[in-house]
Amino acid sequence: MGESPMSAIYVLWLRELKRYIRSRAQIVASLGQPLLYLVVLGFGLGPVFQKAGQGSYVQFVAPGIIAMTVLFSSTFSGMGLLWDRQFGFLKETLVAPVPRIHIMLGRTLGAASVAICQGLLVSIVCFVAGFRVADPRALPLAFLFMALIACLFSALGTAIGSVLQNIQGFQMIMNFLVMPIFFLSGALYPLSNLPGVLSVATRLDPLAYGVDGLRTTLIGVSHFGLAADSSVLIVATLTLLWVGSRLFSRIEV
Amino acid sequence: MIQVKHLTKQFGQLKAVDDISFEVGQGEIFAFLGPNGAGKTTTIKMLTTLLRPTSGTLEVDGLDPAASPNEVRKRFGIVFQDPSLDGDLTAYENMEIHGVLYHVPRKPRLERIEQLLRLFELWERRDEQVKLFSGGMKRRLEIARGLLHTPKILFLDEPTLGLDPQTRNQLWTHVKHLNQTEGVTVFLTTHYMDEADRVAQRIAVIDHGKIVAEGSPQELKQQTGRTSLEEAFLALTGSTIRDEAATSTDQMRQFGKLWGNRR
Repeated sequence: MGESPMSAIYVLWLRELKRYIRSRAQIVASLGQPLLYLVVLGFGLGPVFQKAGQGSYVQFVAPGIIAMTVLFSSTFSGMGLLWDRQFGFLKETLVAPVPRIHIMLGRTLGAASVAICQGLLVSIVCFVAGFRVADPRALPLAFLFMALIACLFSALGTAIGSVLQNIQGFQMIMNFLVMPIFFLSGALYPLSNLPGVLSVATRLDPLAYGVDGLRTTLIGVSHFGLAADSSVLIVATLTLLWVGSRLFSRIEV
Repeated sequence: MIQVKHLTKQFGQLKAVDDISFEVGQGEIFAFLGPNGAGKTTTIKMLTTLLRPTSGTLEVDGLDPAASPNEVRKRFGIVFQDPSLDGDLTAYENMEIHGVLYHVPRKPRLERIEQLLRLFELWERRDEQVKLFSGGMKRRLEIARGLLHTPKILFLDEPTLGLDPQTRNQLWTHVKHLNQTEGVTVFLTTHYMDEADRVAQRIAVIDHGKIVAEGSPQELKQQTGRTSLEEAFLALTGSTIRDEAATSTDQMRQFGKLWGNRR
């Protein structure tokens, strides 16, 4: 009696979570950056923000910091593929009698779950730092946005990991893809009244819709509107999952 | 069990494997020998569905790896040249994942994991993370893992690289034992000629992508008029040293160290 195809997806998903839970030092270390952004920017730029009549900057930036955490965590976890290629475990899964798409999905969902855990941890940190949600009833919706961001960028990480042959490309991806995605997302500043080029660039950044979705659900401030946010994120996620699975199925080791 | 006819694999201008043909019978221990870069690993990759041949035909247990990869994958176990364990997981978890990926139902899976871990003397340390294991223990675990789904064929790509003579000895004893008791066909590569001489029933020597000799260890020695397999091997392949360029994997390993092996 064989087991369902889900079992392969499940076991690879579980692997990512086990690895995450076992890397406690890394979990703590990875909270450092968001904390720094929150404290230094949140309180440092607070007075200026207040003077401009925009209210509390900590309130404004916290959803952005949560989105940033999920972005970095999911992209890195997705690109964990590169480490598995290097240390050989990838080969073990590629010769298994399992369709490649199951392997890709298990990995990607695992990476996304890790990113969600990180996002939740940072949410708690934000709460401790004084962040308050506008309406607790919107929290499940906020969680969904976080999950969408996690899936989207895990799929992106997997896609990148499938194409890159080695880790040398990692720094380049950081500087030319992940950081621009972060800085153009409006995580740190409001998207209204931007100069033309920047405004167009932010509209092309899928994370901008994620940040906006989180901001809408958490503090009730919206730029694109929830309908636009969710539809762009869903379409982008499905597209990247498709692209990622195509690229993953072509990996030769 | 394995049939290869006019197999060729070309990477750009380089013919890594150039029109080779051979057969491996059921229950046989077959050694595939050759200097670095001769085409051994490329051939194994094609047999194990990781690479598609440029031309020629392959059959593993009557099936074409390119046409029905998943059916072929169920039939073989493999120990790669480089380690392929997850160091952050325990020995047991590595086995467990493999069992699930190969659709071994739960009950026989648990039984066989215990049986194999005991056989390879790893049962006592099953709950330790693999990164804490010695090279020999890792190799033993990889072989145990490769056998979990009761494959008909076991591919061993330089399984004893970097192991001490004791561990090598023990490893081949296990392999011969499995071959005799479970009738597993073994396809191995190694650079240690004494090992090939000891365990292999038949040998093919490959050089520059072509098979230059084939036969039992005894036949190869007679063919070349030498007394040891090592001398016979050198007579067949020459004594020029083959330099391999640093592969991207080597470069990455270096880089991974700089990054503190985060993953």
